[in-house]
Amino acid sequence: MESSKVIHAFYNDDEVLLDAVKAVKAKHHHIEEVFCPFPVHGLDKAMGLAPTRLAITAFFYGITGLAVAIWMTNYIMIQDWPQDIGGKPSFSWIDNMPAFVPIMFELTVFFAAHLMVITFYMRSRIWPFKEAENPDPRTTDDHFLMEIPVSDNVDALTALLTETGAVEINIVDKH
Amino acid sequence: MYQFSGKLKTFSLALILIGIIGIAFSFYSASNKTLEDAKHAITASHDDGHGSGHTDDHGSKVVEGNHDASGVHDTNEHTKKEMSAHGTHDDDSHATHVLHQLQNRPWSAVYVALFFFLGISLLVLAFYAAQRVAQSGWSIVLFRVMEAITANLVPTSIIMLVIIGLTLGHYNHMFSWMTPGTFDPASTNYDPIVDGKSWWMNVPGWAIRSVIYLLLWNLYRWFIRKNSIAEDTANDGHKTYKKNYNASVIFLFIFMITESMMSWDWIMGLDPHWFSTLFGWYVLATLLVSALTVIAFVTIYLRSKGALPQVNDSHIHDLAKFMFGFSVFWTYLWFAQFMLIWYANIPEETTYFVARFNEYKLPFLAMVAMNFIFPVLLLLNSDFKSIPWFVVIGGIVILGGHYIDVFIMVMPATVGGQWGFGIAEISALLFFLGIFIYTVFSSFAKASAVPKGNPFLEESEHFHYYNIEHRGEGSADHH
Repeated sequence: MESSKVIHAFYNDDEVLLDAVKAVKAKHHHIEEVFCPFPVHGLDKAMGLAPTRLAITAFFYGITGLAVAIWMTNYIMIQDWPQDIGGKPSFSWIDNMPAFVPIMFELTVFFAAHLMVITFYMRSRIWPFKEAENPDPRTTDDHFLMEIPVSDNVDALTALLTETGAVEINIVDKH
Repeated sequence: MYQFSGKLKTFSLALILIGIIGIAFSFYSASNKTLEDAKHAITASHDDGHGSGHTDDHGSKVVEGNHDASGVHDTNEHTKKEMSAHGTHDDDSHATHVLHQLQNRPWSAVYVALFFFLGISLLVLAFYAAQRVAQSGWSIVLFRVMEAITANLVPTSIIMLVIIGLTLGHYNHMFSWMTPGTFDPASTNYDPIVDGKSWWMNVPGWAIRSVIYLLLWNLYRWFIRKNSIAEDTANDGHKTYKKNYNASVIFLFIFMITESMMSWDWIMGLDPHWFSTLFGWYVLATLLVSALTVIAFVTIYLRSKGALPQVNDSHIHDLAKFMFGFSVFWTYLWFAQFMLIWYANIPEETTYFVARFNEYKLPFLAMVAMNFIFPVLLLLNSDFKSIPWFVVIGGIVILGGHYIDVFIMVMPATVGGQWGFGIAEISALLFFLGIFIYTVFSSFAKASAVPKGNPFLEESEHFHYYNIEHRGEGSADHH
């Protein structure tokens, strides 16, 4: 794999970072990634990232959970071992539906929440024993890092980043 | 400054006039009802299988027991005891009962619409007080809208007082426990169950409490409106602001108590044998979600007229979030109340739902779709919550659904199977809508649309929920 050079520009304030991202984007440079110790509101929009589709997946996970709950209550309570629920031996799922609403609610929430978190991990390429992609441990503390790939515009970029208030600028090889 | 336009004023007065004519007509035709009409209604209900046979307001239909889902068994003894007050199906005392139901209909129509509008104004007042107590930043630019809506509390309270007076004077039979002899063991009307509650359920107590609720609410509303306007020019190191804060804390405390008691006295008392411990919360939820919808409606209307330049899409978004959230809250309480009664299957509790499920099936089930499924699906998406016409569509369904909810709280007890949605109900709604428009917009025109003296005004003006685009406004101001 061919190695390429990237600039790591460090910032120590989220507002400064946000303005810097806007300035770099205004000059039509590509920003590979920004590493932050906490979520910065508006950063995704400033970087021009597409809106997250996680909410849509959550909706469908919820629907899945609801369907599983309906199937499960019907199989367990009506089909496999018919139960007399609340002294109402109707043995019909729909007539006993009120008793199943809490289960339907809980499984909807359970599926939506857990599958959404797992999806988020997968989309963020985080899984067990994964080596951290974080280029500098300070981005987990109090620094923000902007990663920009360079070709032959190192000096211009360095000047621009210094202007935007970067506290440290490193040019590193990325493997 | 907003001007209450002549056109809108004429429109509201026309609504009031149409409402009065319709209400007068429905009272006139109800007063012409005779025992013969009642007998005719009974025969008709037996013949056309409306619902499934005749049910009186105590849900004595249970005995015939063809309704499996409700699963009420062994209630014959209980029901017979209840039936004894009305005699059997064929004699005149039963016809008299149905006649009372027919005569109750215009009263109930007015009562439902009145309670709906009174409750909405009251809950806007409570929400407003909560905003003051929470010292929230986002809602300051909506304060004058909320204050204007609470102006409707005054006329609705006055009409409520009149209705209370007329009820006490036995001009209607909405509250069956007020029938003379209910508390007299020697009387044929004696009702031991109601007599057991007579420490709370008695006519003087009911009347005094009703007047106290209305007085307390109107007192706070008068005080806070006056001092909120005083805040604009006070410039006294926020002394007025703190005074308003303290008054709001006291009001919220009083409100939570009086709201519950009001719901027992004015609504739960219509079914005097039945009780539910979370009824106050349930009524609160239905009125609160309607109140937030009304705030959103008035805000969207006034903003479209250019009267609220500080209100941006994020404010609408927040109101819609409340509409969404409290729709779910309402469903939770409504279902919690229903499921426990359904599951436990105790006859004196299930009568409430049996009466509703047998004779009000369509509105009863439609209400759940309108108040829960529709708002959840429509307002689930974050982007939709900031689009005014989406909020309006959702809001119309929510308001319709919660009107039906109040309708179903009141009607089964007062008119039983003789219900309908006709001239009486529509004209009562128009009447109170006219009063609402007149009081709210004339009140809004009387004060500056911006509460200039509020320390959080700046925060409110720059309120921006990060995730939404502000359409058609300079987004540079909102960072």
